[in-house]
Amino acid sequence: MSAIDCVNAARSNDRPTAVDYITRIFGDSFFELHGDRRFADDKAVIGGIASLDGMPLTVIGLEKGRNLKERMERNFGSAHPEGYRKALRLMKQAEKFHRPVICFVDTSGAYCGIGAEERGQGQAIAENLMEMMTLKTPVLSILIGEGGSGGALALAVADEVWMLENAIYSVISPEGCASILWKDSTKTAEASECLKLTSKDLFKLGVIERIIREPKTVDSVMFDSLKNLIAQTFKKLNAYDTETLLERRYDRFRKF
Amino acid sequence: MNTSDIFNFLKPKNELETQGTEAEPENRPRIPDELWVKCPVCKIPVLSSDLEENFKVCPKCGYHFRIAARQRIELTVDEGSFEEFDAGLMSTNVIDFPDYTRKLKNAKLNSGENESVITGIASVGGYKTVIAVMNSEFMMGSMGTVTGEKVARAFEYATENRLPVIVFTVSGGARMQEGILSLMQMAKTSGAVKYHSDAGLLYITVLTDPTTGGVTASFAMEGDIILSEPKALIAFAGPRVIEQTIRQKLPKDFQSAEFLLEKGFIDAVVPRGKLKDTLTRLLALHGAEKTDGEAADNERN
Repeated sequence: MSAIDCVNAARSNDRPTAVDYITRIFGDSFFELHGDRRFADDKAVIGGIASLDGMPLTVIGLEKGRNLKERMERNFGSAHPEGYRKALRLMKQAEKFHRPVICFVDTSGAYCGIGAEERGQGQAIAENLMEMMTLKTPVLSILIGEGGSGGALALAVADEVWMLENAIYSVISPEGCASILWKDSTKTAEASECLKLTSKDLFKLGVIERIIREPKTVDSVMFDSLKNLIAQTFKKLNAYDTETLLERRYDRFRKF
Repeated sequence: MNTSDIFNFLKPKNELETQGTEAEPENRPRIPDELWVKCPVCKIPVLSSDLEENFKVCPKCGYHFRIAARQRIELTVDEGSFEEFDAGLMSTNVIDFPDYTRKLKNAKLNSGENESVITGIASVGGYKTVIAVMNSEFMMGSMGTVTGEKVARAFEYATENRLPVIVFTVSGGARMQEGILSLMQMAKTSGAVKYHSDAGLLYITVLTDPTTGGVTASFAMEGDIILSEPKALIAFAGPRVIEQTIRQKLPKDFQSAEFLLEKGFIDAVVPRGKLKDTLTRLLALHGAEKTDGEAADNERN
């Protein structure tokens, strides 16, 4: 698949969103928690507690919505600062109760708007990056669709970062890149190639640990195997003492 | 003779007021352009030597011209105290991005520097500190892997040697030409800042015009104390991007330093001429080490 095909697949409305992953992997065990305790409850971020084979964990997702109504409600998965602060609140809570954190990342980017700037979008993301680096509990982030720049990274400073085969992860949208490079935002195919944003490219660059194969049509087999992988990975990460865990996490990002 | 000439006759001569205005007679001896700089805000021409003496701040309206990183260091540190780190580190075209090799070469030629940040150790008002200064003349201060590396190393050095850090930011954001690797610099630098912070050490950021994107969303906003120069544009998303997204004009002075101060995101707006004194005071209040090896009073108590 070419880079632009990946971009289109990653953005497709038919693609499972964070809510689908949460439902299919954690079932009824998921209990949703709301709000950042400072300003509001940002619906672009869904979060809560769930159980995986008896192991409690904190689940956070950037949710785009599955139909137009939901997408409007969820602001198409573009979080405001309160969304990132809600995520951080839940991560701190996970640290307190010694449960691992799993993030499902799917966003075209942090929202660009007046309210977002007024309430400190940059500061909110920056704080997440800092705090996640030393969060004393294992963190796993899975890019399930679009990984749009800082808005995605704010939930992806993790011990391991995985990507769905057709997900993308990029510092800028192909449109943005094309309009800067060639003053032509329609040259997305060329820009997508240049940015090295596919799972294959990112695996080669060492930015992700694992690519999750995508079947032609999403089925329970994929979710079941993903569930097993997540359980195994947390077992492995839980075995590290905190100091080693954090050292590994720092080195993971230090190498770039 | 027009009315301006009458006023010129009545008023004591002030070169700043008469030079380059429309009333200037055509037969007046021409002065080489480079001696004069026109202030982009108040449109009044300023003698460039006056501008230099005034820290590159317009004496009329207070507009802060952008200054190169080397000059910033000169204005900030005690004379001759700056020792540079990693001066030779240079970016390469890691992901083989079109035209990046040429852009890097031009950036080096234009700025006379190897990267968009200069880091090192210096004394400020007699206090020892690590300092990092970004450079708008190098690809608009964009953050590539070497930028991130130099910033991370500066923080790691400061953590190891128990020193404060002062960072002057100016940046268009993450450097697109290094793709995802430039995004990773946000996490890398934030991690280095966090360990420095957890060690109980002081980090002061000075935001200068413009500070945007990935730098705003990482180390620029992570200081214990965040200062800004007046009227600097401080943003996550730049005004043009927001206007395109929301399809409406932004209010005047939206995303200015003064606006951020009001919204609670920076501690103080400090004019350039007062920055060195302010930094010195803050270093002293945090018990920073004196360069002669003596600990400041706070530390001794």
